[in-house]
Amino acid sequence: MTRRVIISGVGPISTLGVGIDDTWNAMREGRSGLKPITCFDPGAFPCHVGGEVDPEIFKVRTIVPKSYRKAVKVMCRDVELAVGAAVAAIHDAGLKTPGVDNEDGHVISPDRMGCQIGSGLIAADVQELTNAFVTSLGDDDEVDLERWGVTGMENLTPLWLLKYLPNMLACHVTIVHDCQGPSNTITCSESSSALSLGESMRVIERGAADACLTGGAESKLNPLSYYRQTCAGRLADSSGLEVHDVVRPFSVEACGTALGEGGGLLLLEAKDSCDARGGRARAELLGYAATQSCNHDGMSANGEDIAAAINNALRSAGLDHDSIDAIVPFGCGIPSIDAAEVEAIESVFGERASSIPMVLTIPYTGNCNAGNGAIQLSIACRCLETQSLPARLNTGTAHCTLQVGPADAADADLSHILVLSASQGGQNTAIILGGAS
Amino acid sequence: MTTSQPRVVVTGIGWVTPMGHDIETVWQRLLNGETDITPIERFDARTFPTTFASQVRDYDWKQFVKDPALHGQPGIHTQFALGAAQQAWSMSGLDQSPNFDPHRIGIYLGAGEGVLDFQSYQKTSLASREDDGRTVNTVDWGKAAEQFLDGIGEVEQEPNMPASHISREFGIRGPVYNCLTACAASTQAIGEATSILRRGDADVMVSGGTHTMLHVLGVTGFNRLTAMSTRNDDPNTASRPFSRNRDGFVMGEGSGIIIMETLEHAQARGATILAEITGYGSSADAYRITDIHPEGRGPAAAMLEALADAGLDPTQPRDDGTPPVQYISAHGTSTNENDHIETLSSKKVFGDMAYDIPMTSIKSMMGHLICAAGAVEFITCLLMLRDQVIPPTINLHEPDPELDLDYVPNVKRETPLDTCLSNSFGFGGQNNTLIITRG
Repeated sequence: MTRRVIISGVGPISTLGVGIDDTWNAMREGRSGLKPITCFDPGAFPCHVGGEVDPEIFKVRTIVPKSYRKAVKVMCRDVELAVGAAVAAIHDAGLKTPGVDNEDGHVISPDRMGCQIGSGLIAADVQELTNAFVTSLGDDDEVDLERWGVTGMENLTPLWLLKYLPNMLACHVTIVHDCQGPSNTITCSESSSALSLGESMRVIERGAADACLTGGAESKLNPLSYYRQTCAGRLADSSGLEVHDVVRPFSVEACGTALGEGGGLLLLEAKDSCDARGGRARAELLGYAATQSCNHDGMSANGEDIAAAINNALRSAGLDHDSIDAIVPFGCGIPSIDAAEVEAIESVFGERASSIPMVLTIPYTGNCNAGNGAIQLSIACRCLETQSLPARLNTGTAHCTLQVGPADAADADLSHILVLSASQGGQNTAIILGGAS
Repeated sequence: MTTSQPRVVVTGIGWVTPMGHDIETVWQRLLNGETDITPIERFDARTFPTTFASQVRDYDWKQFVKDPALHGQPGIHTQFALGAAQQAWSMSGLDQSPNFDPHRIGIYLGAGEGVLDFQSYQKTSLASREDDGRTVNTVDWGKAAEQFLDGIGEVEQEPNMPASHISREFGIRGPVYNCLTACAASTQAIGEATSILRRGDADVMVSGGTHTMLHVLGVTGFNRLTAMSTRNDDPNTASRPFSRNRDGFVMGEGSGIIIMETLEHAQARGATILAEITGYGSSADAYRITDIHPEGRGPAAAMLEALADAGLDPTQPRDDGTPPVQYISAHGTSTNENDHIETLSSKKVFGDMAYDIPMTSIKSMMGHLICAAGAVEFITCLLMLRDQVIPPTINLHEPDPELDLDYVPNVKRETPLDTCLSNSFGFGGQNNTLIITRG
């Protein structure tokens, strides 16, 4: 018999704040966190709006144990966000680890705790590299590799490479919280968080761990990553637009997405062990499926494949599509991906599609890439717990009959919520969460 | 392992390596104890602390795909993967199975990131400095990027691109993952693909890995970490795992891809079964960013879990007195720390029986293929099971007195084999072990 798997803690981190309460409250009140980008000047790029995590609100130094503060120096932004999310998730789960309330020791044995984190292609800091480049210029004012090899590279700190490896998110999180079970790093763009959750589920089901920190985090708010997203044609053109008009998923005006930094970690746990430790389930993971859209451009999604993911997730949950009470689509504002999601939802849910409430996160946080799914999942958990839906922000004119237009927060009867992702690279996921029972 | 879950077998293998681009050529060279480590050709590394590497040469990915136009301008990591995948796919006979369901085929790669175009990147960064000659103006940087960087090349660096291209090449529409756990990635990918097949989420998985870090910032990064050998006067002897005077790993590059399927699916279509994957174990060190736990806690945990998964007791010899596994494919990087702790953890797991289990590192010949290393070593284990012979650990003339296991020094050994254990450990603390049994 398969173990039942539940979510016992959520720790989103984004421009809306750190932890589920700030995130949820902002979304209940319809307060978007998107603002003009200030952490670098994006003037050369089409989109000048994004979701930045306020440096005054989130300081990674203050949340790691004193003994680990030195390691903060070798954390890139993505790692900081993951470390912050982990603390939030563990707090929310009421757990104790060496990283949180360490005097009390462990609640879950270290070798029974795993960690699967979605992560992006992390860009090294341009300024840090340029500072080193200028020490080895040749006559043509470019890097002379002969000089770089002799002295130039010594201007990079010895651990420079380790700041930017994608698996350093999981590396730091496993060290801080002493997770010695299976650990992995999934790098599938915007599906990374959801695929990580699927993997954590398998790890727990097969008995290799009782609990896993799972989710993802990323920041593409730096020149190189931002340039790459521009080249991939994913960013909205914000020129002439009000901030709240930049991300308009599923609308005729939609012209791309805006990026946010953030993501989140969730504590996924076997129901049996959560019950045994007196933990509280926030939602149950009932269905999970992943598919691939093998389109030739490698970029766009395909409605048929997203529909296959939804149908497989329903089958794995043993549920009929009538059981789905709300959907958290990816809803990023990139027209081809929005269209594929609409096609999939309409084909699976038929006439009922237009009556299912949709929950949109990206108009609040920006597209947090590898971390995005964790925000969607965290919100879905809170919807189930509170039997209510957050406000929906969207200033666009819907191009479909789905419920994507603006709406106030509202109470709702919610038994099952479907959460979707469709990544750059073609990975699609569908996850079905049910209320904790 | 419960009896109800599907058994997982391998039906195709392929690789693109510094020692060749087809299975049999490379296998013969490994048995001969050859190596081909030479000065770095891809950029001018003459003054770098390390000036040599194990490099893929004379490789044309276009010869391996149905229609190169389908793939545009793939990055090098994708190019390697496409060649390796085509070999594995055609060996598996799936190209002759017209009735396969694309939704029941998935991909799980442990592929690294692509290669940053250093020349264009430094040009972009230097051209966008403020008057102080140092501070990057990001608006100017963005404009310079338009001018100097290649947009498609940048997008193709994403680590999920090799999987994406493989899905395009073969029309795969099932679950697709990429994991990136440094040197452990492709072993972990194969292990998790096993888990997906056992769970029934797919009938076939394409797995393995691909990677190159043979570029200016890759070599710079590892040189700064002082993790690479600097034996510039004698590159071919630089990778010397378990040797007393080892001084770091030798960078390699390439790809290893395998086709895995459930036994039932393979039998139903009459496929040739090359081997069975019977065990997988995974752990995290959760110790330090750079160091492995001094007692080898993590590697030992991964090995123990894999053995238990395969139903093997590491302390119990078999009825004929031989150990439960007859070969260990070591992570064996030739760094001081790895080889020491790997030896220690093998003893921890197998006790005195560790001395009776040959343990070699093909990295002594091929160098370290980083994310792809585990898959290439896994494929080597399969060939060992097929031919009942173990390739040597070369360059092992002065053993480290503290490392006293049987590393099969310098000359291959013919020996009966039916179960192999393959280890991969990554920077960042991920440890992964697979158990492979003769099909």
